[in-house]
Amino acid sequence: MGDMNVVKVEAYRNSFLKEVEANVEGGQWVKMCMQCGVCSGSCPLGSAWDHPPQELFMMIRAGKREEVLTSSSMWMCTSCYNCIVRCPRDLPITHIMHGLAHYAERLGLAPKNQPTRKFAKLFWNNLVKKGRVNELKLGVALYFMNGLVEGIKTALKMAPLGLNMLKTKRMNPLEYVGGHGIKDAAGLQAILKKARAIELAKAKKA
Amino acid sequence: MADVKIGAYICKGCGIGERLDAKQMMQVASRDAKAHLVREHEFLCNAEGVQMIKNDIANEGVNRVAICACSRRSKTDAFNFEGVAITRGNIREGVIWVRPNTEEARETTQEMAEDYVRMAVIEAKFMTPPSKNTEAKYDRTILVVGGGVSGMTSAIEAAKAGYPVHIVEKASALGGNAANFLRRVPQKSPYANPEDSGVAGLIKAIQADSKIKVHLNSTITRTSGAPGRFAVDITTESGATATEHFGAIVQATGFHDYDANKLPELGYGKSPNVVTQLELEKMAKAANGAVLKTKDGKEIKSVVFVQCAGQRSSKEGHLPYCSGHCCSTSIKQAMYFKDQNPTIDTNVIYSDLRTPGTGGEEFYRSGQRKGVTFTKGVVSEVVNGSDGLDVKFKDLILNQDVVEKADLVVLATGMIANSGVNIDEVKQDEPGEWKSSPESVLNLSYRQGKDIPLLKHGFNDSHFICFPYETRRTGIYTTGPVRRPMDLLQAQEDATGAALKAIQSIESAAQGLAVHPRVGDLSFPSFRREGCTQCKRCTVECPFGAIDEDEQRFPVFNESRCRRCGTCMGACPVRVISFENYSVDTVGQQLKNINIPEEFEEKPRILVLACENDAYPALDMAAMRKIEYSAWARIIPVRCLGSVNLIWLTDALNSGYDGVVMMGCQKGENYQCHFVKGSEIAQVRMSKVDDTLKTLNLEVERVATYEVAITDIERAPRLINDMAEAVKKVGLSPFKF
Amino acid sequence: MAKREYSFYPGCSSQKAASASNYQVSVNAMCDELDIKLNEIPDWNCCSASIGYAEGGELPRLALSARNMALSEKFNPGQDIVATCAACWLATRETKDRLNHEDALMKETNEALAAAGLKVAANQKVRHMVEVLIEDIGYEEMGKHVKKPLEGLKIAGYVGCQTNRPFGIDGESFENPKYLDKLVATLGAEPIENYEKKVQCCGGALAFSEPVKSQAMIKDIIEAAYDGGADMIVTPCPVCQMNVEVYQDQINAKYKTKFKMPVVYYSTLMAVAYGKSDKQAGLDGQIIKATQLEAITRR
Repeated sequence: MGDMNVVKVEAYRNSFLKEVEANVEGGQWVKMCMQCGVCSGSCPLGSAWDHPPQELFMMIRAGKREEVLTSSSMWMCTSCYNCIVRCPRDLPITHIMHGLAHYAERLGLAPKNQPTRKFAKLFWNNLVKKGRVNELKLGVALYFMNGLVEGIKTALKMAPLGLNMLKTKRMNPLEYVGGHGIKDAAGLQAILKKARAIELAKAKKA
Repeated sequence: MADVKIGAYICKGCGIGERLDAKQMMQVASRDAKAHLVREHEFLCNAEGVQMIKNDIANEGVNRVAICACSRRSKTDAFNFEGVAITRGNIREGVIWVRPNTEEARETTQEMAEDYVRMAVIEAKFMTPPSKNTEAKYDRTILVVGGGVSGMTSAIEAAKAGYPVHIVEKASALGGNAANFLRRVPQKSPYANPEDSGVAGLIKAIQADSKIKVHLNSTITRTSGAPGRFAVDITTESGATATEHFGAIVQATGFHDYDANKLPELGYGKSPNVVTQLELEKMAKAANGAVLKTKDGKEIKSVVFVQCAGQRSSKEGHLPYCSGHCCSTSIKQAMYFKDQNPTIDTNVIYSDLRTPGTGGEEFYRSGQRKGVTFTKGVVSEVVNGSDGLDVKFKDLILNQDVVEKADLVVLATGMIANSGVNIDEVKQDEPGEWKSSPESVLNLSYRQGKDIPLLKHGFNDSHFICFPYETRRTGIYTTGPVRRPMDLLQAQEDATGAALKAIQSIESAAQGLAVHPRVGDLSFPSFRREGCTQCKRCTVECPFGAIDEDEQRFPVFNESRCRRCGTCMGACPVRVISFENYSVDTVGQQLKNINIPEEFEEKPRILVLACENDAYPALDMAAMRKIEYSAWARIIPVRCLGSVNLIWLTDALNSGYDGVVMMGCQKGENYQCHFVKGSEIAQVRMSKVDDTLKTLNLEVERVATYEVAITDIERAPRLINDMAEAVKKVGLSPFKF
Repeated sequence: MAKREYSFYPGCSSQKAASASNYQVSVNAMCDELDIKLNEIPDWNCCSASIGYAEGGELPRLALSARNMALSEKFNPGQDIVATCAACWLATRETKDRLNHEDALMKETNEALAAAGLKVAANQKVRHMVEVLIEDIGYEEMGKHVKKPLEGLKIAGYVGCQTNRPFGIDGESFENPKYLDKLVATLGAEPIENYEKKVQCCGGALAFSEPVKSQAMIKDIIEAAYDGGADMIVTPCPVCQMNVEVYQDQINAKYKTKFKMPVVYYSTLMAVAYGKSDKQAGLDGQIIKATQLEAITRR
């Protein structure tokens, strides 16, 4: 992935905007932002973003590649879609945020310890394996994503919650060993592999 | 005119009959006010009632009709009789709709109504049906001053409507500023690309039109007369002068570019590659589709547009206003580059992007789609860098200082109106010593100055709120950027409107009728020469510059320049100015004939002089909503607060009124006065009222002047009630004899 | 009336012993009463919700939903796809919209699906269960089945994000959707009309990764319900339900609040109003017991 990053810097020395347009989901919309700031003001976690969407768009146009792609900002998106429905220019802002996060991840520039990034990766890996999400495995993995000691602390803190879920039959300890899954997991994996291959082939051309 | 014969008619419809004693009102009309003939009717505005009045005019010789019914603003079609003077006693909106229907209010309500009946009959007695202006002339030719897009559009539109036009253009060709444009901002959907400027098409249309005569290399060296009879000297570069006659004038003298030499900090004058928008147009037009190069022959690969260069700024020497077109113009010019070569970097640095008009936002989007970069920021400096220009600016979104390299910097400088001389500063020559001025556009011979008055920032005044094309010189209409900053599309729409106003003025002047706002009024002011002291107040204060002075300094009223506001009448200290249907007496006698109860009756009287344009309608609307006000009020509508003569106040206070309320329109920069300056002049005059009150030993609280808007439906009655309260506090007037 | 049939996409959280298993139980009871038949899409997979984007690219993510649609077209042809989970609905509906409008994407997606011998036409409507209730059944019909009106209950309709934006329910506004309020009134309870936080985000998946920030928002959602005088919160989304219900102990500990606000599904309310048992209504799945609803089932 690191190699790909180098390639991109060379290809778009002067125009990060063009790079975003060619490689990021919804990227062709970035230039249409009119800097009104409604997105930033509508974001439920707005105050937690180093650079709210409005700023990210301006930074892309200003060529601030490194700052944008290594930012934790877009990882703060809760996918509430408030920005999308309020944007007077109809920009698919939520998708652009997901797209930027994904592109940063693909280039190996995403912040390594960003918790949502870690969770998102766990989620994906969990689903790819069996075709459906195994909430317990996902949860346990999440508790330990910051290491064993932190994990035990988190697990203890979350234990009453788990117990509650258990009591109401909304969690099953047996899930951990077997659990839900689809029959044709192999087929699904083949589909995803093919989809990824198509996407990577296109990315190389872009 | 035959003897005065007054017919008074009391309507009993709309509940008047139930609330008021009509017989009593009839007695007041005949016994107190001496109407010659008095009738009542159940429903006066119906066909039968109207016929009754018509019969009296035909058979009984009635030539003054006092209609005591609804407000003068209602049923104007029904109560419209030719050749007679008509007055209206407002006993519906003015009485029964603003008073409670209770036993205890019955007496004061009846008194109110009787006073209004009395006032209507007395007013009729002092009125004369207006006769036609003998100066009226019919000249259908229109003069258009300026051959730019606005002027050409006005000329073409007027010619299309069948009116001959002369265009006077000081340059050697038609086209104005827009002749330099490569293309214009699009005017039609999808508003995506710059389009043909349209200038060549306009010039062709004018050349093909036999109704339009063009005077190139020419200026105007004298304009005199009035609507329907303007005489204009047109002088060519060589000095040859011809006098032509016109019915109306359209002034479309446009704008010139702000002097960018005042902006050295933005690199103008220091680098040949810093240009104004207008200069870039010329460069682009000269290149005629070829690649644009810098002055030193380098292909331009990056352009920065600096918006609001020397405008929208409070700095000394800068323009404080927004010129309106420049954001769209920069988008258009960035497209000149992008359409030719999308790899050219174009950055528009703006603090607020403003693209007015239907297509403005679409055009902005189109620019974004084409890859024009828009940066919210403020440019502090443009300097010569190592490789081209360095543009230093603060990025307002990212809050950081940035230096951007550019091969070309384009400054969006503002528009300055070509409005001639500022008549507040350059006084008119003394009579007999009049000389033409090369700085003036129109060279008017008018008493008040050679050009059209200015509103602010050097743009010609026009009534922004109510009648945007009207200037304060009747029959002369400013249009396009001389009036306010505007783009081509707006200028063309504006020019079409101005042509129509010119036509309207010609047709009205021919019949001796007033134009806005007293459309169709036949009356005009006259004065008693023997009483005149040549004080010049009327000639100075007339908001429309309608009054000139003769060699002996007597006023010369130019009827068709007059808007019939009566400001001259209000100004006259010796009260020699009057209209046939509006005079010191028509109002003065009304207020003197109101019944002033003896002091022991404890019934105060409050005189309300309300502007007929805003305050009076507001009070009518309050009545429609049944908002009550004091029974002590007696309201007389006036044409404008400017027409109020101080004698009315003195008379009222001397005859025992306890309070006087005056309601005019908003004055000042954002004026709403229909006569522009009338309300302002009135307020100046009224500022001296306190002295009058002191000489009479009366409390200052007894007179109040207010600005009232037509929307002040709840406030206007409240102001009357406030005066009733004030009177309660200071006590009744000692002048009740 | 003939049975209405739909191709059903239950989603991961509705599975047995998963976090929204009680949702599924109540949906079954509700559908039974309203004569709705749900034909589960065989071998459906996860949609990756809104959180698959880190690892999953655009096409792989869309392919997940496309596979479900392909299976639905194959096994439940001609039926609208119905989801009960907001995230499942959103992901699937977005995929359908994009496949319908972007030919290149349709081609690439089918290329990917071909790896498992599938193909997609994206010609079935994708709907949320709430749309089926409002548009196919209607408030009037829903009201006719009420056997035990929820009289005296004040309920805050927490619509949340993903059933509301970006698509939303037809005829509703993004800023103040009213359908839950109308449903609550249909069932005989009193809606909290001015519930201020009805479209506030609960943090969604970030409740796991950013618990502090998410719980601050959840606190507001619950507090506003108390401010409006609510006895309980109703929601159409499993993520909303879980986030707003299960962290109340942690929020109480941190903010010194005394929250004990039951959070139920619209289907829970309907099952109760339709006279079903605690178990059928999924009330045994409440971590914070909805005692007032239990009282009604026992009436």
